[in-house]
Amino acid sequence: MSQYVPHTEAETRAMLAELGLQSTDALFSDVPDSVRLHAPVAIAPGMSQMETVQAMQKLAEQNTSYRLTLRGAGCYDHFIPPLVKLITSKEEFVTAYTPYQAEMSQGILQSIFEYQTMICELTGMDVSNAGVYDGATAAAESAVMCRERKRSVTLVSACAHPDTIAVMRTYCYGTGDELRIIPEKNGRTDAEAFRAMLGDDVAGVYIQQPNFYGMLEDVDVLFADAKAAGVKCILGANPMTLAVLPSGAEVGADIMCGDVQPFGLPMAFGGPSAGYMATTAAMQRKLPGRIVGQTTDAQGRRAFVLTLQAREQHIRREKASSNICSNEAHCALTASVYATYLGRHGLQAVADQCLSKAHAFAEQLCAIPGVSLRHEGAFFHEFVTNLPVAAEKVQAALEAEGVLSGLPLAGGMLWCVTEKAGDAQLAHVAELVKEACAK
Amino acid sequence: MSEAVLLSYEKSVPGRYSEVIPRLDSPSWQLPQKWRRQKPPALPELSEIDVDRHYTELAHRAYGVNCGFYPLGSCTMKYNPAINEAAAALPGFVGAHPLAPAHAVQGCRAVMEELSADLCQITGMDAFNLQPAAGAHGELLGMLCVKAYHESRGDSGRVRMLVPDSAHGTNPASAAMAGFTVVNVPSRADGCVDLDALEALMGNDVAGMMMTNPNTLGLFEKDICKISRMVHASGGLMYYDGANLNAILGEARPGDMGFDVTHVNLHKTFSTPHGGGGPGSGPVGVKQLLAPFLPVVTSAGETGKLQMKAFHGNFGILVRALTYLRALGGDHLRAVSEHAVLNANYLMKRLKEVGFTPAKDVACMHEFVLTLEEIHDRYGVSALDVAKALIDYGIHPPTMYFPMIVHEALMFEPTETETRETLDHVADILARVMEDLKANPEAMHTAPHTAVIGRPYEVKAARTPVLRWKPET
Repeated sequence: MSQYVPHTEAETRAMLAELGLQSTDALFSDVPDSVRLHAPVAIAPGMSQMETVQAMQKLAEQNTSYRLTLRGAGCYDHFIPPLVKLITSKEEFVTAYTPYQAEMSQGILQSIFEYQTMICELTGMDVSNAGVYDGATAAAESAVMCRERKRSVTLVSACAHPDTIAVMRTYCYGTGDELRIIPEKNGRTDAEAFRAMLGDDVAGVYIQQPNFYGMLEDVDVLFADAKAAGVKCILGANPMTLAVLPSGAEVGADIMCGDVQPFGLPMAFGGPSAGYMATTAAMQRKLPGRIVGQTTDAQGRRAFVLTLQAREQHIRREKASSNICSNEAHCALTASVYATYLGRHGLQAVADQCLSKAHAFAEQLCAIPGVSLRHEGAFFHEFVTNLPVAAEKVQAALEAEGVLSGLPLAGGMLWCVTEKAGDAQLAHVAELVKEACAK
Repeated sequence: MSEAVLLSYEKSVPGRYSEVIPRLDSPSWQLPQKWRRQKPPALPELSEIDVDRHYTELAHRAYGVNCGFYPLGSCTMKYNPAINEAAAALPGFVGAHPLAPAHAVQGCRAVMEELSADLCQITGMDAFNLQPAAGAHGELLGMLCVKAYHESRGDSGRVRMLVPDSAHGTNPASAAMAGFTVVNVPSRADGCVDLDALEALMGNDVAGMMMTNPNTLGLFEKDICKISRMVHASGGLMYYDGANLNAILGEARPGDMGFDVTHVNLHKTFSTPHGGGGPGSGPVGVKQLLAPFLPVVTSAGETGKLQMKAFHGNFGILVRALTYLRALGGDHLRAVSEHAVLNANYLMKRLKEVGFTPAKDVACMHEFVLTLEEIHDRYGVSALDVAKALIDYGIHPPTMYFPMIVHEALMFEPTETETRETLDHVADILARVMEDLKANPEAMHTAPHTAVIGRPYEVKAARTPVLRWKPET
C-alpha cells in the first residue's frame, strides 16, 4: 500500500469493516475538525528505495573526503576494525529496546555489564553506569552528583573543551546553580588561581585530562588541594589515553567521565557516541542513568537486570536524580566490542602509536622556521603550535592535498595525530606546512 | 542456547591477541613517570573468533523488532528500514569531522537543513534544533527555552509547570531539571485532562503546561484547543511531548493545536532503531517567539546561550530519519498514522473478544491500555504475570504498569508496520494466556518457563549491588 505499511487495500478495508467503520477518516473522529489537516503535509513526495539511497548518496558526496585527518578537539579518527562494525550490525543489537524485560534481554544486559566492567577497569573506579548521551553531558551530570545542601557551586577549568563548558553552563542555568571558570595559564589550569577559588560553597571541580589544548594537567596536585577543601573531584578523560595515563583512582578522582567515541565509533559529524560515568562505591546511589546489576533467578542461574531504579524518572518523576532514560546502548556496545577485541595489548598499541607519532610529528613541525609548540609540558596526541602565517592558509594548503589540518586557533593550530597517520604521510604534511609558512 | 554465556572477562586467556594495530616494541616516546599508569586496565585477552562467537551468543539472547512483535506502548517499535542503515553508513557521512571547515561538510549541513524544514512542516512549528540526543533531552531544552522566554520579558515569577498525572515520567523530571516546580493536573474519569481542575490551577505563576496528545491512555485530548487558550490566557506556554506523534502523523499538527514548543522522537515516529536503549534523537521545534532561545552552533564551535551536547547532535540518527522521510514522502505520511490507529483498534477489539478489559472502553488512537484489575482480584494473576507468560509464547510483552493512573495496566502499541496476521496471532496467544490463567493461576506466577533465565531477583540486585565483574581471587 505504501512504504513500510504492509496492508493491502483489501486488508485495510476488511479491518475497518470489522471495526464497523467506512473509512480510515473515521479513526480520527476525536480530533477536532479545526485542527485536522485536509491536504498532505508539504514535504517532498516519496521515492522508491533505490532513488532514496541515490539521493542520500548525492548529499554524502557533497562532503569533502580527506585521506588523512589531523584534527581532533573532541572527535577522533581512529582505525575501526571491520569486526566491530560486523558485530554491532547484528539486528538484535540494533532493533531492540531498552532491556525492560530481563528474561528476553540477557544478551543486551550482559553486554552492558561487560561495558561497565570495562569502564571500571579503565578508570580504576568502583562503579560505572550504562552510559549517557556524550562526554559533555556526562560532565554536566557529574557536576550535579557533587552538590549538597550547602555546596552548590561547580568549578570548571578554562582548559576543558568549550562544548563541555557550554553544556555544563546550560545544565546549571536549569537548576539555578553557579558555574565558575578556573583561568588558564600557559595552556594548563592555573593552580594558584584554583586554590584561591576553593571556598566552602564549592561542591565539585571538573578537570579535563589531557585538556583541550592536549596538555597533561597535574591532576593529582589539583585534586589534593580540592579534597583538602572538601570539594569533590571530577576527572574528564579520553578513554584511549587511559591505556597509559594514570587512572582516576590513581589521582584521587571521585568521579570520572568522558566520551567513548575513540573506541570504535566513527566521527559521523560528531554523533552519536556515548558518555561514560564512573564513581566510587560511596557515591554510587547518586549516579544517574541506567545501571545493570548481577543477580540470580529462582534456579540460581546468573541473571542481569536494570537495577537501582529508585533513582530514575519513571519511578521518582520530578524527584529523580536526572531525567535521562536512554544510555546510548548501541554506542556503549560498540565501545565495549572495540576494547574487548583489541584487548589490553591492542589498546596499549594504539595509545603508544598515538603518543609516538604525535611527538615525532611535533618535532618535524617545530623544525620549520616560525613554528613552535605554544605550551611547555607533556602532551598525549594533541598539541598546539604557533604559526608564522594565518592558520587558514595552512588549512587550505593541506586541504589541496587531501589532508584535514589541525583546528585553527588564534595565531596557531591544534593538531591531533592518531595511529592512522603513516610516517611518510606525516613527513609529507610537514613539508606542506613548511611551504605554506614560507610563502 | 539456554547454557549460560560466560563473560568476555571470564573467557580471557593471557597472551591471546589479534594484530589489529602494529605494536611498538620499544616506544620511541615515553611519558614522564608522573603521568604513567601504575596498574594497567585488565581488559580481556581474546582471539578474533572468541570475540565474534561471544557476541553472536549474546545476540541470540536478545530480542529486536527484527525477531518479532514488540508492542511496547509509548515506544513506537516500528520496523527499522534497511536503507536508513545504508545511508548512515555512507563514507561521506561517517568520515565527516564535526569541526571541519564549513565548505567541507555541505552534505551534512544539507541533511540538517532538509530535516529541519520537513519537521517544521510535519509539526506546524517555525524552527527546529537537532542537537538533543533523546526525547528527555529535548524536553529539557524545551523547558529551558520556556524559562529563557519568560526571563527575557522580565516575567520572573513563573515558576510552576503543569503536568497531567498521566504524563510520561520524563515530563516532571525534565521540568524539575529546568528549575520549575511541578504541579500535577488530575485526569477526569474519561482519562482526559480535568478542565475544572486546570482552571483552578491557572495564575500568573504558571510558566506553562506539558502535554502529550494523544495522551498515554491512547486517547486524543478533544479539548486541546480550549486547554491551549486557557494556558495562553494566563501567560503560560504549551509544551508538546512528541512521544505519541505517530498517532497523528499527517493528520494533525501540534502547532495547529496551540503548542508553542515540541520535541519529536526520531527513534519512535521516524523509524530510527532503538539500539537496545539509544542512541536516539529528540529534535526540538518552536514557534517564532521561542526561536531566539534555541542553541546555535556555528562551524567555529561558537554557541548560543543554551547548548545541549557537544557538536551538532546525533547526526547519524538524523541521516536515518531523513532517509525515512524521503522514502515515505508527504503523500504517504498519513498512511502511517492511519494504519497505526487501525492496528491498535483492531488488536484492542480482538483482545476484548477474548476477555480482556480496556482501561477506557472507547475507540483508541495508536495505542491502548488494558486493565487487569478484575483478573487480579479474581484469579490473583497480575499484569506482570501475564506479561511474563507472553515471553513463553515468543512475543515481547507490552509496557507494564503505565500509565500510573490505571491499575494492573498493560499498554499495547502495535504500530503500522505489523500485518493483520501478526495481530491475529497475538490475539490467539492472549486467548490462550487467558485460558492458562483461569486453569492454572499458580503457574502464571513463575512464568516465563522457557526463557534462558526465570524471573530474576531484582530486590537482591538492588540491595547488594554487583555492578561489574571481578576476578574471584
